[in-house]
Amino acid sequence: MGTDVRRRPLFAMQLGFTLLVCAFMFVPIVLSIMAGFTSNYIRGISSGLTLRWIVEVWALYRDAIGLSLLIALACLAITLVVGVPTAYVLAKANHWSTRLIEELLVTPLAIPGLAIALGLIITYGALREFRTHWTFILVGHVLYTLPFMVRSVLAVLSSIDLRTLEEGAASLGASYWQRFFTIGLPNARSGIVAGALMVVTLSVGEFNITWMLHTPLNKTVPVGLADSYASMRLEIGSAYTTIFFLMIVPLLIAIQRLGKPRRRSVRATPAVSTR
Amino acid sequence: MVRRQEAPHLLLSIVPVVTIFAAFFLLPFARLLVASLEGPLGSGAYAAVLTNPRYFSSLVSTILLALVVTFVTLIISGIAGVFLDRNHFAGRSMVIAALTLPLAFPGVVVGFMVIMLGGRQGAIGEISKMISGHNLVFAYSMAGLFVGYVYFSIPRVILTVMAAAEKLDRNLEEAARSLGASSWRVVADVIIPGLMPAILSAGAFCFATAMGAFGTAFTLATDINVLPMTIYTEFTQRANIASAAAMSVVLGLITWVVLAIARTAAGGTVAAAG
Repeated sequence: MGTDVRRRPLFAMQLGFTLLVCAFMFVPIVLSIMAGFTSNYIRGISSGLTLRWIVEVWALYRDAIGLSLLIALACLAITLVVGVPTAYVLAKANHWSTRLIEELLVTPLAIPGLAIALGLIITYGALREFRTHWTFILVGHVLYTLPFMVRSVLAVLSSIDLRTLEEGAASLGASYWQRFFTIGLPNARSGIVAGALMVVTLSVGEFNITWMLHTPLNKTVPVGLADSYASMRLEIGSAYTTIFFLMIVPLLIAIQRLGKPRRRSVRATPAVSTR
Repeated sequence: MVRRQEAPHLLLSIVPVVTIFAAFFLLPFARLLVASLEGPLGSGAYAAVLTNPRYFSSLVSTILLALVVTFVTLIISGIAGVFLDRNHFAGRSMVIAALTLPLAFPGVVVGFMVIMLGGRQGAIGEISKMISGHNLVFAYSMAGLFVGYVYFSIPRVILTVMAAAEKLDRNLEEAARSLGASSWRVVADVIIPGLMPAILSAGAFCFATAMGAFGTAFTLATDINVLPMTIYTEFTQRANIASAAAMSVVLGLITWVVLAIARTAAGGTVAAAG
């Protein structure tokens, strides 16, 4: 085929370019994992492999890992309990007030975390107990992750004929909460799972807000990472990054897997808001 | 009507979210506005963003950085995204996985990735030492920040481009080709206009992150002159709360407006095309 031959160099060039980008994204990940297990990174792998850095990180930052998991799970619980019923309402109601809420909910994503955190400190910083408690960080995480849960569930609920199902159930005498639990929740399942993965992933990795809200006794993993990059040797920073990858990469892979068949419905979210 | 009886339940379902939002977002943002006006300069704190040379230079360099990051990321991700959508080859899914894996890496980790590439013991420095004997170190500066933001933005932009490229009408391209259009003309006249909504929204995302992100700069060097670092320094080291608040409000407004414009523009084009 004439055209194919003509376009083959173009294909090779594009493939080469894409692989180069791929290397740019992937090489530093591999290097940092390697460095985390190398005795002396400057001298290279020949200096020997070791688990010493991982052990040291565990001793230094165990609390941060625990706190990150605690905050992520608490954040997930809150976004589930308050976010899913909200998405259910937004999917059912077609009122200016619900559209306004839908719009407002995503504004924290459009404003840098630093600004949100400053606002929180100025408003609640004087409340000593709250300021130094881990729930102060949790507040920031909930603000930041809630829109993902709501939109993910809303996208799924908007793609089905919720109204007809609801009317059928209501005519058979099902109450509001009966319908929420027997129609809303089961139909929203895939959206809830996708939203939950997103919430946990974002919470575990959140830095912009957390750095401002944390206290010396309340450090999350990304705060500890910043700390180790600034004051520890490269091998320790690498080992810590490797542990962070272990926490977050399974979540990211799960999101990718889940996203494949459903990607279109999740991406259709902006269309939902223009109803 | 069912809706009438439902109203109390609907309200009850939505009250927690509204409360959380009002108490922890609306109120703090209002307090931030007030704090920005309560300094010694009063509303002059906003004028200072433009008149104070240090603030102004960091505002300008942040906007320039964000523009360049957006431009470069769109080109890189546009080429790779369209290519990956159009061509199926062995290992394609691995390539996509590797490209999109860093999707939710926090800024600090992205900063560390830049150090692995361009830091004092970085891979690129090692390579350049072998070639020219000179250790190329770029991580701890604006150049490192640029590389970090491009790294951070590529996964999301590639996903957006791929999703949009999938929906393009291939017949238009074939038609253009059969009418004698060169590959470049097809790209410029068919593919890029078709991808415009995706380009706008992905570009706005790049711009907003590069404007407001904080972790990457924090990891690379605390003296990089970008707005988030300036805000951080004003607030924590100089206790200049009014200026920090005013700059945060300005920063928040810029990112919010850019995202809002892009969303309206992209939405409008989508509606016009459909």
